[in-house]
Amino acid sequence: MRLEYFQMIDRVAALEGEAITVESTIPDASPVFEGHFPGYPLMPGVLLVETMAQASGWLLLKLMNFERMPFLMGVKEAKFRSFVGPATPVTVHAQRLHDGSGYAVTKARIEAGGKRICDAELTLRIMDFPAPELAAAMRQRGQELGLA
Amino acid sequence: MATSFDRIADIIAENSEVPREKILPDSHVINDLGIDSLDFLDIVFAIDKAFGIKVPVEAWTQEVNAGTAPAEQYFVMKNLAARIDELVAAKGG
Repeated sequence: MRLEYFQMIDRVAALEGEAITVESTIPDASPVFEGHFPGYPLMPGVLLVETMAQASGWLLLKLMNFERMPFLMGVKEAKFRSFVGPATPVTVHAQRLHDGSGYAVTKARIEAGGKRICDAELTLRIMDFPAPELAAAMRQRGQELGLA
Repeated sequence: MATSFDRIADIIAENSEVPREKILPDSHVINDLGIDSLDFLDIVFAIDKAFGIKVPVEAWTQEVNAGTAPAEQYFVMKNLAARIDELVAAKGG
């Protein structure tokens, strides 16, 4: 993970049907941990949501052959069950629950050491790429992840 | 069995802050009920699930924006219910 660049996914471990499993390691040091929290560094819940959203996003990009872009627009039933701190490898699972017209709904969860960290139901709006640079960047990163 | 209008009105009331009694056959979902795009997608998701269909919101929106269909055709409650009935019938057929 590169928290400061919002690059939350390190590698794709599995892609099967409408589900993806990705792996990532929370960095051992980041300015984020200086504030969250002094003397007790924890991965912020909002960044855990972002991590689940990105896993969902890569899944949807792959399912759409990188032709359209998913944007996070709704988070439901988010539960943060365990703390997770620096230098922790995590596994993120995301599954498409519904393929709607212009949107998709996913269910995602993060685990560390076999323990559930958090889970949520996410709604993503599906749009045409608003900028060619974004489409190119997503394809490039998708290739690095073995998806594109 | 509840009509499609009643089922859709119930879904809208459950997924927005609009009181159920305010949702009438001639209500425009956006102009009269004030449903925003985020709530509308939640409502569409609930309709998709409840009726086992995929409401083609993108195609409807494109038609309205292109001027090839009046917004009322899709977004006035009684017409929305009729469109849902058509989708259900098409799926069944």
